[in-house]
Amino acid sequence: MSLIESESGTWEVVIGLEVHAQVISHSKLFSGASTAFGAEPNSQVSLVDAALPGMLPVLNRVCVEQAIRTGLGLNARINHLSVFERKNYFYPDLPAGYQISQYAHPIVGEGTILLDLEEGETREVGIERLHLEQDAGKSLHDQDPYRTFVDLNRAGVALMEIVSKPDLRSAAEAGAYLRKLRSILRYLGTCDGNMDEGSMRCDVNLSVRRPGEPLGTRTETKNVNSIRYVQRAIEIETRRQIEVIESGGSIVQETRLFDHRSGETRAMRSKEEAHDYRYFPDPDLLPLELDPAWVEEVRAALPELPDAKRRRFIEDYGLSAYDAAVLVAEKANADFYEAVVEGGPKGRRDPKTAANWVTVNYFGALNASGASLEDAPVDATKLGGLLDLIADDTISGRIAKEVFEEMWETGKPAAEIVEAKGLKQITDTGELEAVVDKIIAENPGQAQQVAEGNPKLLGWFVGQVMKATQGKANPGLVNKLLREKLGG
Amino acid sequence: MSDLTRMDLSEARDLLAKKSLSAKELTEAHIAAVEAARPLNAFVTETPEKALAMAEASDARRAKGEAGLLEGLPLAIKDLFCTEGVQTTASSHILEGFVPPYESTVTANLWREGAVLLGKTNMDEFAMGSSNMTSHFGGVENPWHRAGSNQKLVPGGSSGGSAAAVAARCALAATGTDTGGSIRQPAAFAGVVGLKPTYGRCSRWGVVAFASSLDQAGPMTRSVRDAALMLRAMASYDPKDSTSVDRGVPDYEAALTGEVKGLRIGVPKEYRVEGMPPEIDRLWQQGMDWLTAAGAELREVSLPHSKYALPTYYIIAPAEASSNLARYDGIRYGLREPGDGSLTDLYESTRAAGFGDEVKRRLLIGTYVLSAGYYDAYYNKARQVRSLIARDFTESFAEVDLLLTPTAPSAAFAMGEKMDDPLAMYLNDVFTVPASLAGLPGISLPAGLSDEGLPLGLQLIGRAFDEETLLRAAGVLETAAAFDTLPSFLAA
Repeated sequence: MSLIESESGTWEVVIGLEVHAQVISHSKLFSGASTAFGAEPNSQVSLVDAALPGMLPVLNRVCVEQAIRTGLGLNARINHLSVFERKNYFYPDLPAGYQISQYAHPIVGEGTILLDLEEGETREVGIERLHLEQDAGKSLHDQDPYRTFVDLNRAGVALMEIVSKPDLRSAAEAGAYLRKLRSILRYLGTCDGNMDEGSMRCDVNLSVRRPGEPLGTRTETKNVNSIRYVQRAIEIETRRQIEVIESGGSIVQETRLFDHRSGETRAMRSKEEAHDYRYFPDPDLLPLELDPAWVEEVRAALPELPDAKRRRFIEDYGLSAYDAAVLVAEKANADFYEAVVEGGPKGRRDPKTAANWVTVNYFGALNASGASLEDAPVDATKLGGLLDLIADDTISGRIAKEVFEEMWETGKPAAEIVEAKGLKQITDTGELEAVVDKIIAENPGQAQQVAEGNPKLLGWFVGQVMKATQGKANPGLVNKLLREKLGG
Repeated sequence: MSDLTRMDLSEARDLLAKKSLSAKELTEAHIAAVEAARPLNAFVTETPEKALAMAEASDARRAKGEAGLLEGLPLAIKDLFCTEGVQTTASSHILEGFVPPYESTVTANLWREGAVLLGKTNMDEFAMGSSNMTSHFGGVENPWHRAGSNQKLVPGGSSGGSAAAVAARCALAATGTDTGGSIRQPAAFAGVVGLKPTYGRCSRWGVVAFASSLDQAGPMTRSVRDAALMLRAMASYDPKDSTSVDRGVPDYEAALTGEVKGLRIGVPKEYRVEGMPPEIDRLWQQGMDWLTAAGAELREVSLPHSKYALPTYYIIAPAEASSNLARYDGIRYGLREPGDGSLTDLYESTRAAGFGDEVKRRLLIGTYVLSAGYYDAYYNKARQVRSLIARDFTESFAEVDLLLTPTAPSAAFAMGEKMDDPLAMYLNDVFTVPASLAGLPGISLPAGLSDEGLPLGLQLIGRAFDEETLLRAAGVLETAAAFDTLPSFLAA
């Protein structure tokens, strides 16, 4: 819990998030039209989506399955009976004049989500509910100076509204919640979580209070479209509410909009102006009854989720909590790491070395080059090949970094680069002994000092040997030889 | 008036099958009848060219030995069914000029069975009414008149155009839709047979929605056999309608055995409403006597929640309508009145100009009963009462096989009457609404004449999906009643 100190004392902020997550499905929630992103305006609109007279919705089973899967992934209760209702309001991008949603009886009830905080700490946050609903279309106000255009491609696409309990206490926790939720959705394959494409959107419910006091009046800040903006909006709205109360005012329950350009939230409509949505069960659809056997089938087919994977990485691979958390945050990263570890020619590669290489060198190169896992010049097999050369002492860790850079530039396998450039570590004792003898012979003074007990100069000798061998000498062997010969 | 239009649907079917008549000849005769009946205003859109083309195509199919159940038979279609390429208005200004790019499942079924489209029939706007007077295109005149009077009467509603077209021999049969009595009441007023099937029997896909949990398509015909034939063609399980029920469609005609011996007929005591005209009561008694004479057993039954049916209906139907009709907003199709250029004014101007008074009245009622603070007192309460009404029927059907009631509390009334009294108008549905709320099948058949020479209907109500027993008993009543009077419009 993070408290806020101000002139008048201590404040606590209470946050609940409503996330609209677009369901991954080929067709819409109640029609056969495609859901692909980025198509020509109004090219993916069925008669149902355009609400022509006499058209009827038919529930898409795939979307229901995705909601069940998500509910199970959030450790939530699956309601075997749920009801689609109509939420009535007029807007040009809402063709029927109502949105089909779930209200009194959502498909998913209470669940939990585990936040990964700093230093490997975790905290449990409650999920209030998850329900299925239709997305609206898009009003385009910027196509013409006098007219508004409507694109219905998105109208009717399935959304999951995932509502948290008011369990979050800071912008950082809200960020951790969204990152974790997105991670779980991606693991489940139920939402791609791309906030910049609008497939995950967030409304922020926020109030402030003195610690221990009852909840304050909340505001709802709508449609904040990145994790960074959510955190920013929370900071701004928290400060605004504290300022209003401290200057003797009171918070009005209202809907606000976040303007990331001006860095402020603005009132959109107050409770008095709020719509009366006149929810009632949609008579075109029967109550949704789930066969418990089907729910169990979906449960049995769930993939390993981030929390379980993190536990396994710590227990099986001996990784630190931090490394494990970094690796499992994105499923693709975790998969890449496991491909490196498990892809060894003689079984499992050293998990810690692999974790180090993946999180430091590999992700570093990815970030620096702006490449993604799919189009990176070095894949898991090639990185594994490099680790094998380190493991069998063919090259040193230092040379390996050079080789890796070359691999990133050329896409060539490590062995080929090592071979072509003659970077193989010198592990032949006789060959190294000759170099060591030569350097001792050339530096009698320093050799004398080592013998007299100055250990610092032993390192200097190691450096000289490495230099003479262009770094190819096996550092362990060099150390051993020098100690023998200099008695250091 | 040609003999070709005086036949029943099933008689015409048999003549076509014997090739003693062509679909083209039959259709031409009906196109002429439609033209001759224009003063009735039964049609919003006539489609004579399409009808001829369909008839010729039908004759060609028959020549190749391919004949559907309704091969070559010209029909009228209520203007609530979307018909591809043919204007579909729901008799509303707001949909005037709307030409659907799709065909409703029910009409597609009819065309697949070889039927021919004569035109789209007039109706109460969005099926809201019991007089056909709420149509944007003007009221329909009932082809019947009181004896010795020229006063124009209503054909009932909302399927008044279909009822008038069948009664005036413009079409061999027609489709109607029934939400609270919109097939059965006009059938009674116009002296024809009207069958509202079980909810879920006919697909609602492509039928302009009024109240989704009640709307059901059904046939309007001149005989019980014709109703059986039409229903077989109209009914289907439709995956595009989630409330459609996946059950095989029986050969309803085969159920017409003329046999009701041992059938238990319930007479609900709550249907003896105060102020009911004696002639209606007499007809009801007559119906009981006919069935008893044919070997059926009569039993009085109780449907204790019947008195709540009308108020329940007039909450649920407007509530659903207020949401169903939100799509007529002037944005994508139909009427647009731009107003002052603001979005709110576009909505308000379009809907103010596009909807008639009765539709507006029901949208206001529906919006009100769903509003925060009123929802539980009205809509939710109505839903609870609705399930009690349905339970009344379930309990009765443990004791009896069918219920016999009058169809409407009066014969057809005059155009203009009751227009300033919506409540009196709503009372027309008092006997039809309960079965609608329970989703049960009901049939109205002409059983006699009022003292003033107007047709009166009797209603049978059956168990869900037991249209066969319903039709069988209706056939027996039909034979006993031997109703063969022609409407005065044809005599003139």
